[in-house]
Amino acid sequence: MIRKNILFYFTLAVSVIFICQLIVLQLFKSEYSERSLSNATLERTVYPPRGLIYDRNGKLWVSNKPVYDLMVVPENLKKFDTLELTQNLKISKNELIEKIESAEQFSKKLPSVIERQLSLSEISVIQEKMWKFPGFYFQKKTTRDYVLPIGGNILGYISEINKRELEMKPDYDLGEMIGRQGIEKTYEKILRGKKGVKIFQKDRFNRIIGPYEDGNYDKAPEAAENLTLTLDSDLQNYGESLMQNKRGGIVAIEPRSGEVLALITAPNYNPNILIGRDRSKFFNKLVADTISKPLFDRSLQAEYSPGSPFKLLNALIGLQENIITPQTIFSCNEGHYYAKGAFMKCHNGIGTKSNLIKGIYKSCNSYFAKTFVRIIESESSPEKGIDLWKNYLTSFGLGNYLGYDLPIGKPGFIPGSDYYNDWYPEKNWSSTTVISNAIGQGEILTTPIQMANFTAAIANRGFYIKPHFKKSFDNIINDSLYPVKRTLIDSKHFETVIDGMHQVVEKGTARIAKINGLEICGKTGTVENFIRLNNEKTQLTDHSIFIAFAPKENPKIALAVFIENGYWGARWAAPIASLMIEKYLRKEVKRKWLEKRITEGSLIAEYEKPLLGKPFNINE
Amino acid sequence: MNKKFLSRLDWLSILIFLILVGFGILNIYSATYSEFSISIFNSGNPAGKQFWIFMISLVLMPFILFVNTSFFEHLSNIFYGISIISLIGLLFFGQKISGATSWFTVGGFSFQPSEFAKITTALLIATNLSSIQTDIKKVKDILKLFSIILFPMFLIILQSDAGSAIVFLGIVFAFLREGLNMKFLYLSFLSSFIFVLTLLLKPLLLSLILILIFTIIYRYLISKFPKTNKSPFLIVLITSIIFSFSVDFIFNTIFEQRHRDRFNVILGIETDSKGIGYNINQSKIAIGSGGFDGKGYLNGTQTKGGFVPEQHTDYIFSTVGEEWGFIGSSILIIFYTFLMLRILSRAEKHTQSFPRIFSYSFVGMLFIHFLVNIGMTLGLFPTVGIPLPYISYGGTNLLAFSLMFFIYLNFDANRLN
Repeated sequence: MIRKNILFYFTLAVSVIFICQLIVLQLFKSEYSERSLSNATLERTVYPPRGLIYDRNGKLWVSNKPVYDLMVVPENLKKFDTLELTQNLKISKNELIEKIESAEQFSKKLPSVIERQLSLSEISVIQEKMWKFPGFYFQKKTTRDYVLPIGGNILGYISEINKRELEMKPDYDLGEMIGRQGIEKTYEKILRGKKGVKIFQKDRFNRIIGPYEDGNYDKAPEAAENLTLTLDSDLQNYGESLMQNKRGGIVAIEPRSGEVLALITAPNYNPNILIGRDRSKFFNKLVADTISKPLFDRSLQAEYSPGSPFKLLNALIGLQENIITPQTIFSCNEGHYYAKGAFMKCHNGIGTKSNLIKGIYKSCNSYFAKTFVRIIESESSPEKGIDLWKNYLTSFGLGNYLGYDLPIGKPGFIPGSDYYNDWYPEKNWSSTTVISNAIGQGEILTTPIQMANFTAAIANRGFYIKPHFKKSFDNIINDSLYPVKRTLIDSKHFETVIDGMHQVVEKGTARIAKINGLEICGKTGTVENFIRLNNEKTQLTDHSIFIAFAPKENPKIALAVFIENGYWGARWAAPIASLMIEKYLRKEVKRKWLEKRITEGSLIAEYEKPLLGKPFNINE
Repeated sequence: MNKKFLSRLDWLSILIFLILVGFGILNIYSATYSEFSISIFNSGNPAGKQFWIFMISLVLMPFILFVNTSFFEHLSNIFYGISIISLIGLLFFGQKISGATSWFTVGGFSFQPSEFAKITTALLIATNLSSIQTDIKKVKDILKLFSIILFPMFLIILQSDAGSAIVFLGIVFAFLREGLNMKFLYLSFLSSFIFVLTLLLKPLLLSLILILIFTIIYRYLISKFPKTNKSPFLIVLITSIIFSFSVDFIFNTIFEQRHRDRFNVILGIETDSKGIGYNINQSKIAIGSGGFDGKGYLNGTQTKGGFVPEQHTDYIFSTVGEEWGFIGSSILIIFYTFLMLRILSRAEKHTQSFPRIFSYSFVGMLFIHFLVNIGMTLGLFPTVGIPLPYISYGGTNLLAFSLMFFIYLNFDANRLN
């Protein structure tokens, strides 16, 4: 019986075994379906175009443009004219051969990059002849296009994310662009949009053979938001041109809103050099320039002594504390003895008697030294006095980060009692010890944007709004309102100081800044500064500083200009501020002679002095 | 007479046959499907070709059905002779396709004589074995019958198409049915068992284990039946050990590396999913990912991606597994099995041995295809490239197995004549 039916039972047994194996494979091992999916599909990320950036007047500033990577699929290579390819793309033959070899090692069937980020103009000639080069093709990508080649310091830049960052940001893919520095970094999340996913069916060589399930599982990318900045690109551009061949910064703020109108640092760079194939070459060059430091944003990061403009704050504190009144008169004899054997010089002549307004427009050191001493001594101890004083200054946003929406900055410094107690452990310091602070020298440090900000606070008669660069996004309405920050000075005290500032331009130290028909309020500053040269404290030519706002009533612009080694306030900073005001309020600069003098003027020789290794003179 | 004849035809088998071939064409279409695929009936693509070959076989069907049964019996010698000549001819005029010289190419058409040799060998075996002069118990006749099978096998192995050669061993099932000593079967079981264990354990260790087992069994039997003869044990033990060592020798010196690899992967001695085991692994992934109800016709991602090599021919079952799931693939196995079992049980009804032996030989070969092909696709068997008749793409194979099916139908319908 068994003999007869042996094939019968075999057949049955084998069928049962097969069905058992099918049960095991198909009903119990889910690993197979997962492996099939990863095996047979390919997820391609779809990046939405990065958000565009506009200036406050809706002028397109930053857009996107295509760049092309030259790719190779080694398997498809045939003999080709290397010379023709290399000449057109300006790469060396050896480099090309090396790259093809390493591409072959990576994969014969998958594409590898030969040359990154070629511009359309670079490839346009060769693109029409690509049929001569089987195996090569161009892959389009997008990068930034700086329609207006200005404001690199504000905008920052984008570049491919590196491996270390990838570990911390799992949301990114290798090769994806990420905002670095500036606006690109601060608003990375919104400018980037949300990437989508396209799933493709692939074959065993990882080649795409079509969409997976007709794209039903694809995820569409979410468009990025376009950003409108508070900056006025015309003003920014103008400021940058004025700052040629100088070092320093300009910060212009709309006092009413805290919107930053221009933020200029010099020297700077054209943001367009930081895109494309030569990006790293230029970037390294910028980094390597440790003398003029083009990547160092002087308007945000440079901490300088504020100089004479600081007298205004001391005046306001004096007024608020009832230590002085607008009528208070101090006398000056080319300076004064503030302690036994300690003389503070002043450029005001012997026997000058100044009230507050005159003290301001004459920038009398003695006047504000005496005021400062009184402020410190108004309390029971110099510690309490200095802390009272510091408290007022802190309310102007000094001595701490302002909290604006750019990723870099410096807090500056306002010394308090703790600082001096550290310096003088026996507490044997007094108002006269710290008297340099009266005239904005001493231990105080401020950044240009902090100076512009306190200027705005004065222009507003007692309050400021945190400076910021983002005006709006296309579709995100009112995500953050900037609160009004009141200073500790009552608004009634500002008028006298502002009158004094007005006189500075009308008949004081900065008459060059005057514009007919405009009431400009300003204050010059001339700051002594030192560097270490061959281990010796060496004095350099004074910095030139000017703060200003205009018009006097209902101010539209407040600004601080800082020119390193610019001799004195009225020589460079004041005219630059004046031209900026004219440009912003009048849209057109009529004083061409002044514009020419400033634009063509250069301080390069001044900056080279300490580098030449020879003795040099300063301030002449 | 015609009406009577038609009513006696095995219509149920015909129905299953049509379903299998139709289902095969659908799956060939899917396995070779791409966005640019043309119509399923266009002979420009494999499915279309298969369809037209099938049409040709249907045209031949009535001729085969209405021929007198004795025609096959009388001409079996001539058919066999033609087959052998064509197989020898391959050695001189053969076309080499994917490693095997098993094709004649004439005017754009290519065909495999080895497929037709399956029919003619089955017919000659049926003729010889059913002859009253042949006695399956006699060594001389056994040798004669085996040489009828081994001759074409030898010629096919010469074309380096060992897979096709193995199929002829299916005819041995007919021998067993007709009274071949069952020791042949046990022996082949024991030898394949030892073969596998040799590869797994190395002959020396295996010999020690065998000695141990035999001693235990012998001791046990002695204690129960003190008169047990010791010599058969010794003979089997010694032969096994010699066999084990010779297998080891043959495997390591005569086999080529690619053959060794196939066995090693199946036995789990080597795991290398991108290398040798790639085909089997991809096939398992495809089938496994089909799940209970499959991914749907033309929707197999593994199939579309071409991950499984030779998917329209030898690995067609993985397409079925992926796209039709457990439901589809188990139904296919059940249909296939049902067809084989039905032919076998109807063969038993013959009073004459010629048609029965032919049917047994036919099913025996079909069974080897079924076992080896699906076993391989499911990862249970080494990779041996033979198709799944009726389902796989392959014109000659389809034609040959269709003809054998029609011959079976002829014999079956004429059973009472």
